[in-house]
Amino acid sequence: MPFPPKIEQLLEDLNFFDDRMERYQALIECADRFAEAPESITGARPFPESHRAPRCDSEAYIWTEPQSGGRFKYHFAVENPQGISAKAMAVILDESLSGEEPELAMNLSHDVVFAIFGKEISMGKGQGLMGMIDQVRMQTRRLAT
Amino acid sequence: MSISSEVAIEQRGYTHPEILVSTEWVAQHLGDADVRLVESNEDLLLYPSGHIQNAVQVDWTSDLNHQVVRDYLAKAEFEKLCSRIGITPDTTVVFYGDKSNWWAAYALWVFTLFGHKNVKLMDGGRLKWEKEKRPVTREIPKFAPTQYQAAHERDDESVRALRDVVMQHVKAKKPLIDVRSPAEFTGERLHMEDYPNEGALRGGHIPGAKSVPWARAINPEDGTFKSADELRKIYQEEQGVQPGDDVVVYCRIGERSSLTWFVLTHLLGYQKVRNYDGSWTEWGNLVGAPIEKP
Repeated sequence: MPFPPKIEQLLEDLNFFDDRMERYQALIECADRFAEAPESITGARPFPESHRAPRCDSEAYIWTEPQSGGRFKYHFAVENPQGISAKAMAVILDESLSGEEPELAMNLSHDVVFAIFGKEISMGKGQGLMGMIDQVRMQTRRLAT
Repeated sequence: MSISSEVAIEQRGYTHPEILVSTEWVAQHLGDADVRLVESNEDLLLYPSGHIQNAVQVDWTSDLNHQVVRDYLAKAEFEKLCSRIGITPDTTVVFYGDKSNWWAAYALWVFTLFGHKNVKLMDGGRLKWEKEKRPVTREIPKFAPTQYQAAHERDDESVRALRDVVMQHVKAKKPLIDVRSPAEFTGERLHMEDYPNEGALRGGHIPGAKSVPWARAINPEDGTFKSADELRKIYQEEQGVQPGDDVVVYCRIGERSSLTWFVLTHLLGYQKVRNYDGSWTEWGNLVGAPIEKP
């Protein structure tokens, strides 16, 4: 199954880079756009474990806010200041899934992690990013069905 | 709570205090041509997102590991790597990184396999540097390539233990230290919490191994090493592993145990410590290898 259209577009852009550092730079630019979820969405710290991405040592938290037309806005917090990849992933998920058909989120494949970050990503890091996808899928499914 | 991080490195009682440098020392040597800073992380985006000025990146998967065989670089590839980062055998290489210097210690250990003598770790790694709000840059430094000549072929005997050696070690009932989490040691989990099962068929530990999770050597608030007295209490008094013992350390793939190898060898002066990099991902699957559960 293809990835959501905006992720396909991102991959097309990333594949343009031959040099891996240029690719990383593009992902860092994603991370630079990260904006933490507002307190009106998250509530006060500590955030509830039920919103935490499993297996993510960057301590990523996810909230799904219903919008009109049965669509959703995804909000993220990344508690580990060194969680650059988690921040990049959060921005990519928000920009590609928020306001879109919920099926895109519910059916998002773990393979997207390797497609974006490369097969050389460590197992630990990869699992954390897949955990973010798991949390997005789970919250979307719970609210959409 | 430990306060060793507030005590100067040379006053912490280590056998080889010169193996560690402080963040302040690094800050004072940023432009030193005889010093090369090397950052090694788990997260590949960390270095390009901001690193210490003039630091180069050495990645454990793409730079240190052989790309086809489960093994490290051979001498020629190691020389190519060192030439690329512009060092000579006389350069002082200072490693630092994320995860309390796991990967930095791993890189330092690999450099040791090829006999690079002047190696150091920056105490506290990225965490301490960032907590002190020291500057980072995204500028990738360029150094003139060198013609690095390694001291010798990769030495797979002095600080590295391969599986046959470990098997003999077990039979001889010599000390082994399992640095994984307690749940991995008991076999309750086949992998570190929050990490995947990397295909180990069995849970447990190598027979006779003592459980000393790697993180016990670290002050969690800033990633620095505990004092020698604190470390001796853990390894010598609690576990009865002595500096004269022939010790093998292991974890899941050899990265966490590199840090324990560093502690025992360099901070406590143990004479013979070898890192079993095959670790549980090999032993837990190895035909004919005995395991133990509590």
